[in-house]
Amino acid sequence: MDPVSRKTITVDVNGERYERELDARRLLIHFIRDDLDLTGSHIGCDTGNCGACSVLVDGTLVKSCMMLAVQADGAKIETVEGLAADGELNGLQQAFSDHHALQCGYCTPGMLMSATALLRENKSPSEDEIRKGIQGNICRCTGYVNIVEAIRAAAQ
Amino acid sequence: MKARAASPDVLVDLADIAELRGIELGSDGTLELGAMTTYTDIIDSAEARARPILGEVCNQIADVQVRNRGTIGGNVCSNDPTNHLPPLLVAIGATMTIVGQAVERSVPADEFFLGVYMTAAGPGELLTKISVPPGKSDGFASVPIGKDGTCIVNVAASLTNRTARLAIGCVDAVPVLLTPDSTEDAAVRKAVHDANLDPPWDVHASAEYRRHLAEVLALRAVAQAAERR
Repeated sequence: MDPVSRKTITVDVNGERYERELDARRLLIHFIRDDLDLTGSHIGCDTGNCGACSVLVDGTLVKSCMMLAVQADGAKIETVEGLAADGELNGLQQAFSDHHALQCGYCTPGMLMSATALLRENKSPSEDEIRKGIQGNICRCTGYVNIVEAIRAAAQ
Repeated sequence: MKARAASPDVLVDLADIAELRGIELGSDGTLELGAMTTYTDIIDSAEARARPILGEVCNQIADVQVRNRGTIGGNVCSNDPTNHLPPLLVAIGATMTIVGQAVERSVPADEFFLGVYMTAAGPGELLTKISVPPGKSDGFASVPIGKDGTCIVNVAASLTNRTARLAIGCVDAVPVLLTPDSTEDAAVRKAVHDANLDPPWDVHASAEYRRHLAEVLALRAVAQAAERR
């Protein structure tokens, strides 16, 4: 099998099907932001440390700067844009707003996706479980207390 | 690649090779873990609870996203001296299966780790499987930089009827395997002393502090293992 440097992939992002030809070296986050123009997912560190680019791939929480887009061929991807239905914030997003769980907001999309993954697995997480669930997401404003409160409120 | 340590011309995606994933518990109690089994797979696996320390240590690696993507084979083949799994697998006596074009061979974990980022899996070879013998009397203790962060020193201990195996990580290029005469504190301290550790120093910890941690954590790991006899 000969190596290829370009490939056509098909993905489902937030319920919409996309087919694109792209460089095999393209990172998933660049595909999502630049090719699909879904700029809600952020690039913070681009080295897998900060979690701002977190998305769900086939239900699994990943940092999309640490994965090639071609590795997501055929996958179902969920990004922060998929959380609000019909322009209405979902319960988790509303809880972030109510509890002032964002300061500059840069980490928020990643925090929301990590919290989404956590709450799907664990309907009523303890504070420790919430903190472990968002361990891969750095808030440079250090506003963790309100983020934890918001997630706990959303769980109730 | 992200750390700019490597820029390969060609990448081979192994994701579709199902044989490289999964956890099987043999009738003799041996666990067979495919090299591409993720930390999350191990944490969630009922079979892997046959050797509880595996899931416990995997649950201390980095964060959810890393545990979802990172694999046991990737951890040991990268052989970063601050990784948790090299000392753990050395202490519990795991065996690595390495496949080349012509032959398949088995290498005990204590011969697998050769140097910083270097293992017995050579060019043209692939680590396919890690076999873990039955046992439960294991312990693990570490001091990382921040919770579940990069490790300063880690120690894994495993006890059988009369033997104790200790593997200390982060103090040398490869895990340092020690076999103290007994699980008594004095014997454990003596074994760590006699190893004449010459650990590296950095902004996080001096060599002296790492030597100190090696002793303290060895005692903690052995104590935890002894509780589980």
